[in-house]
Amino acid sequence: MSESEKPVSLQSYIRLCVVVFIVVVCTTSAMIATSFSHVGDGWTLKVAIILGIAVVNAFLVAGYLMHLLSEKKLIYTVLAFTVFFFIGLMGLTVWATNGFPPGTVSH
Amino acid sequence: MEIPYTVQNRPDTGIYNAKLGIWLFLASEVMLFGGLFSAYVLLRVGAEPGMWPHGWLNVTLGTVNTLLLALSAITTLLAWAACKVRDFGKFKIFHGCTILLALTFLGIKSYEYHDKLIHYEIALTNGKFADGHLVEKSKDFDLLKKIGTVTLHGHIVEDRRELMDLRSSEAQAAKHEDITIAAADIKKMGNYGPRHNTFTAIYFTLTGLHALHILGGTLVIFYFWGPGSRMWKTDPERFTNRIEVSGLFWHFVDLVWIFLFPVLYLT
Repeated sequence: MSESEKPVSLQSYIRLCVVVFIVVVCTTSAMIATSFSHVGDGWTLKVAIILGIAVVNAFLVAGYLMHLLSEKKLIYTVLAFTVFFFIGLMGLTVWATNGFPPGTVSH
Repeated sequence: MEIPYTVQNRPDTGIYNAKLGIWLFLASEVMLFGGLFSAYVLLRVGAEPGMWPHGWLNVTLGTVNTLLLALSAITTLLAWAACKVRDFGKFKIFHGCTILLALTFLGIKSYEYHDKLIHYEIALTNGKFADGHLVEKSKDFDLLKKIGTVTLHGHIVEDRRELMDLRSSEAQAAKHEDITIAAADIKKMGNYGPRHNTFTAIYFTLTGLHALHILGGTLVIFYFWGPGSRMWKTDPERFTNRIEVSGLFWHFVDLVWIFLFPVLYLT
């Protein structure tokens, strides 16, 4: 039985939502603090940290608000395909940034 | 003819049809936004050193919008939970809040767009650059005929690169004042719209597509909150499933913003 099919208590959902919102506020603050801090020499480390925090934020929304922590196998299968193709897309992107054809003017 | 599996789970999939449908749709949406994020990465790494903008967007407004969307995702979930416990009054309250939060988000986004569209960069004939918000154009202003004047509230810089990093100490120290420029002194003039540079192009594309999703989602939620809520009286379980499906879409829109905000506003 998926989370959305279990008996629901409005009070328990309100408690869950309060916790999720507090964590979202904390993670958003952490991202902003990182952005304006002097971490590392350039933007590379900052971007990595900020996106790492964003992933935590996304996990909360997907896991708890979208009930993905306890869903049906078919939905996980659909998402597994999505993740596979998304990673492929981003992999191609990263590959393209390092593989300009000979003669390309680089800045 | 009755549509099958709108309430009962299909024996082979284990879920009702609309739920599988929305997840398949969201999978396609992941690839749509993924393609645009991919374009963002390529544009950013391909930018000339020092020419990728930093600090062009208002972090305070972006943060407020992040919290508004997070709150709206929560009220959407609570609206569904209220349906599950058969409390239609609370459903109306929670979904009403979702609509208000969504409209506030769109209002703030519109303000941000307007701010960019009245922000001008002017290349001067002496090689310098004037940058700032439009105060006024003289009635006879005509750039082609080189007559009239334009007034900006901003500053003048020697090198265009000085306009790229607004978080730099130089940019923070710059004194902004009203500058009146004669059309005869203008070589090129343009606002910070999508065609200003690759950053504004991808910014308007990504946030514009996202805002369209917000608008579409708001219309659907409004329908279920208003005229569509009549189904509650005839088929409450099916109505609850509709709220769950629209909620999943809304959470996805929130998920996209969770990545758009740091990528565009913070890095």
